[in-house]
Amino acid sequence: MYSFEFEKPSTVAEAVAALGAEEAQALGGGQTLIPTLKQRLAAPAKLVSLSGIAEMKGVCVEDDGSLAIGGGTTHATVAREAADKYPALAELASHIGDPAVRNRGTIGGSLANNDPSACYPAAVLGSGATIRTNARDIAADDFFQGMFTTALSDAEIITSVRFPVPQAANYQKFLQPASRFALVGVFVARYADGVRVAVTGASEDGVFRWGEAEQALSREFRPDAVMGLRINPMNMIGDLHGSKEYRAHLVGVLTRRAVAAAG
Amino acid sequence: MTQVSMTVNGKSVSGDVEGRTLLSSFLRDHLSLTGTHVGCDTGQCGACVVHVDGEAVKSCNMLALEADGAEVGTIEGQANADGSLNVIQQAFQDHHGLQCGFCTPGMVMSAAALLKDNPRPTETEIREYLEGNICRCTGYHNIVKAIMAASGQDVGAIAAE
Amino acid sequence: MPKDSGIGASSKRREDVRFLTGSGNYTDDINVRGQAYVYFLRSDIAHGRINSIDTSDAESMPGVVRVFTGKDFEGVGGLPCGWEVADRHGAPMQEPPHPILAQGKVRHVGDPIAAVVADSLEQARDAAEAIAFDIEELPTVTDMKAAAQEGSVKVHDDLKNNICYDWMLGEADNAKVDEVFANAAHVTTLELTNNRLVANPMEPRVCVAEYSRGTDEYTLYTTSQNPHVIRLLMCAFVLGLPEHKVRVVAPDVGGGFGSKIFHYAEEAFCTFAAKACNRPVKWTSSRSEAFLSDAQGRDHVTTIQLALDAQNNFIGLRTDTYANLGAYLSTFSSSVPTWLHGTLMAGNYKTPVIQVNVKAMFTNTVPVDAYRGAGRPEATFQLERVIDKAARELGVDPIALRRQNFITQFPYDTPVALTYDTGDYNGTMDKLEAAADLAGFAARRAQSEANGKLRGLGINCYIEACGIAPSNIVGMLGARAGLYDAATVRVNATGSISVMVGAHSHGQGHETAFPQVVAEMIGIDESMVEIVHGDTSKIPFGMGTYGSRSLAVCGSAMVKATEKVIDKAKKIAAHLLEASEADIELKDGQFTVAGTDKSVAWGDVTLTAYVPHNFPLEVEPGLEETAFYDPANFTFPAGAYACEVEVDPETGKVTIERFTAADDFGNIINPMIVDGQVHGGIGQGIGQALLENCVYDENGQLLSASYMDYAMPRADDVPFYTVDHSSRTPCTHNPLGVKGCGEAGAIGSPPAVVNAVIDALHSGGKKVEHIDMPVSPSRVWAAMNG
Repeated sequence: MYSFEFEKPSTVAEAVAALGAEEAQALGGGQTLIPTLKQRLAAPAKLVSLSGIAEMKGVCVEDDGSLAIGGGTTHATVAREAADKYPALAELASHIGDPAVRNRGTIGGSLANNDPSACYPAAVLGSGATIRTNARDIAADDFFQGMFTTALSDAEIITSVRFPVPQAANYQKFLQPASRFALVGVFVARYADGVRVAVTGASEDGVFRWGEAEQALSREFRPDAVMGLRINPMNMIGDLHGSKEYRAHLVGVLTRRAVAAAG
Repeated sequence: MTQVSMTVNGKSVSGDVEGRTLLSSFLRDHLSLTGTHVGCDTGQCGACVVHVDGEAVKSCNMLALEADGAEVGTIEGQANADGSLNVIQQAFQDHHGLQCGFCTPGMVMSAAALLKDNPRPTETEIREYLEGNICRCTGYHNIVKAIMAASGQDVGAIAAE
Repeated sequence: MPKDSGIGASSKRREDVRFLTGSGNYTDDINVRGQAYVYFLRSDIAHGRINSIDTSDAESMPGVVRVFTGKDFEGVGGLPCGWEVADRHGAPMQEPPHPILAQGKVRHVGDPIAAVVADSLEQARDAAEAIAFDIEELPTVTDMKAAAQEGSVKVHDDLKNNICYDWMLGEADNAKVDEVFANAAHVTTLELTNNRLVANPMEPRVCVAEYSRGTDEYTLYTTSQNPHVIRLLMCAFVLGLPEHKVRVVAPDVGGGFGSKIFHYAEEAFCTFAAKACNRPVKWTSSRSEAFLSDAQGRDHVTTIQLALDAQNNFIGLRTDTYANLGAYLSTFSSSVPTWLHGTLMAGNYKTPVIQVNVKAMFTNTVPVDAYRGAGRPEATFQLERVIDKAARELGVDPIALRRQNFITQFPYDTPVALTYDTGDYNGTMDKLEAAADLAGFAARRAQSEANGKLRGLGINCYIEACGIAPSNIVGMLGARAGLYDAATVRVNATGSISVMVGAHSHGQGHETAFPQVVAEMIGIDESMVEIVHGDTSKIPFGMGTYGSRSLAVCGSAMVKATEKVIDKAKKIAAHLLEASEADIELKDGQFTVAGTDKSVAWGDVTLTAYVPHNFPLEVEPGLEETAFYDPANFTFPAGAYACEVEVDPETGKVTIERFTAADDFGNIINPMIVDGQVHGGIGQGIGQALLENCVYDENGQLLSASYMDYAMPRADDVPFYTVDHSSRTPCTHNPLGVKGCGEAGAIGSPPAVVNAVIDALHSGGKKVEHIDMPVSPSRVWAAMNG
């Protein structure tokens, strides 16, 4: 690692101020950032830890019934505390990384990083969640802007994420066998006004909504409804773990399985 | 340099570290607690698992300064007060749950965290829980068996020979 | 009744206590006062010509002690290859230099260009980034068949081409082989790849070297399976140091699997730099660095043909293999695709005519050398896959086809240079059929199908040549080392025993199993015996641990030394008992005059040896003996494995449902440890079959360069295994009748897994002939839909 200063503020305001410094970078749980720093692939002058900010932690139900999760909430906490309110989300959180990673990694960190194979982006996009930062609210549809790219500006911190709770939902993750990230992951959520389907791991543009499947499932929420649909392999990721065609195929399989499991 | 203080295996310790000092290096290099091992640099092998405020974490993936004020538990603090092996350690020895020993501290620390939350895990639950702990020697057979035994389950029927 | 101590007892491992309490002493746990840290600047391109390296900026960086480049090593040797393989015409292999730091060219990603020694690792790394270099990128060759083409990019400019050797074993007369195939009733042909693997012991490599100007002595602590081999190679071939001034210590070592046999540049570098800098130096590999600098394994491409007569007897076998050696010859790399591979092509079968052809290639990739099994997994995979394919083509039962062709008479001279001393392949297969409940397979398949899954059964047999090896034979075959081992049995005055052994334990449990043997021979408690290993200043000159040889070779030396000790102790006992030496019997730690109740205890005799007041004048005081043991032959463990898989037809995902191993290891000292060795081997074999793949792109960039892309088997990738080693034909030529068990699982399991997958696909109506390993979901799906 290159040398850096370390700061651990206890409020969002302090963190935002600290991040105003030259070459400052926010540190969530560090489960991706620290390995990156070890490889010397990033050289922040200052790391601003968000782990000491109490107001960014926790899971609670908002007045409108949506589930709000603090940006600094660990995957393990979500897995535990969202289990009653939004089981599909809790289940997704319970399979991110491994137990030790889940005890450190945070939802805000995962979303800000927007790894194209991460699980949370699928849940956020698939739920039509709202990302709340220190400065504004960002709709999920506007937040994800391609691999490792988001609508966040420098020094902007995800303070919470608000999930409308669906009538039914499920996440199907097909493991990339080495990293245990999603080779393909599909999140299906059924709301009163329609079904959302978000796919991670598959596309070179990062997490995306599968519009055709959403339409078909909104008409008829059963696995067969997407049987005839195909994803174009062209924009899929092809690598040593799976070809473009294979990923495109998995999107269909996992969508059907998610619908079946969502019930 | 910044001073960091924490409780490690029940003892108060402190030291001057850089921002970039990892918890694993603080334990190994500053405190000479070399039982915590480093087997990879991508946070996957789990040889470095310790407990921070009672939860399993990968100490090579956490800055020492992030553990300021925390209660840290390492493999060196796992044995019984009289120095005898604790239930998990003893089960690992009884069931040959280790060979070269390098992944073992992380395995034992993960097993302890698992059994704290889930005192009688099934085989499947154990295997899933160990997703972040890689062992190259045992093929996992005897590790899973040892953890089942440590949780008081009968492992006599598990195929051995 | 299982025994509770001595030979055959599952004694709990005494080494476990330190490993379970965090008090092991691995090399990275060793810190020497005043040590500096080394960082290697490694090439990030696979092939390039070094035009210039400017270290001046780096040298002035904070904390820098010294910066080294290839120029600093012009006066010393390169890393030697320990085995000279002769090609099919008897000419020596092409053997390019293997410098400590790159000279003239870099030849693979990870090739060290320079090394910085500094007060801290981060300072060394900072300085390495300040080294200015001009390296002209050259075209690369990573594909071994492409490397063999006329006009290919040459990895080594001074060699004729990229072919290290073109080797042949078995029937040299092509016409005769052609005739066998021409007359065959059936010929089965298969092309397959044995995927490149990375050994990945969980402990990365580490070296700590110190030098004393006062005594002109060096100490190197290193993660090695064989400290004496490292000392010999480094002193005699690289640095030109007198061995008696160099101590090599391999303390607790966190797994090796072959990758820690070899003498690596970093070991020689640290030893050299410790003197040059007059400061201890330490290098700890990161895992990322390990992927670029540890010797890798396997990587063969083979076409195999099996000829059968009308009665389905195997009548001929021919193989053409390309073996990728990487950019340089690692220590034993040349022997792996040849003498450790070609010699095993007979397998368990009495095929009369065999011809093995191997072209070994240099490419712009990390060097390849022995990895658990080393050559034998490659041989077994080819043979057992082609047999399975033949059975399918002929519509015969794969077990019956194997049984029909088993060797049943021993000793058996194979057409590929080995003499199997003993075995009972039908008996071992019987054990497998029972242990694996093959009778219940049909019902299990029906159950899987009811769940929408395809179920397959894969059978595999293997034989391996272990206990490496008779020195005179390997010498004739080109080995530049002897392959004996040694043990010193030092009896202390009070009767406890320290046994100094040349073998090294890095997971195998020698500290527990070896004392079981000595304790049994004398009739004392195991706790009275302790093993000392891993330090050239303490142990006799031994060749270390690899090739499942520790007990068969070093254990035999230990038995011989213990016998010498007992012989001498009997002389002393005879004196004390005023009896004839010939009448003295040793049992349960008591020397007794045969047919009388006169006896003296072990402890009294050993005390007398060191307090020789009442002592036979013709006998030297003390009780310590050394023996060297050079085996008369290899040992030949063999086994039969069964794997049952489920395949998800929608995703292609393969799940191992059952895995059963029936092995014949001869006699067994500690069944618990043997089970553990088999489990571990199976785990690695399943890893090779389903998950692991070391892949380079066409530019020589390693795509699987971390655990993010190199899939290590995890606990949820494997099931509980069933292991049966009740089939026992003891080795006929070593005193313990042991054969070795360390590699069996890794040799026997990959073909069983792949055979099972193919069987599953056929059961689902998919006529897939072969899928290369790793049999990933993507590949299975592609094969099913191809």
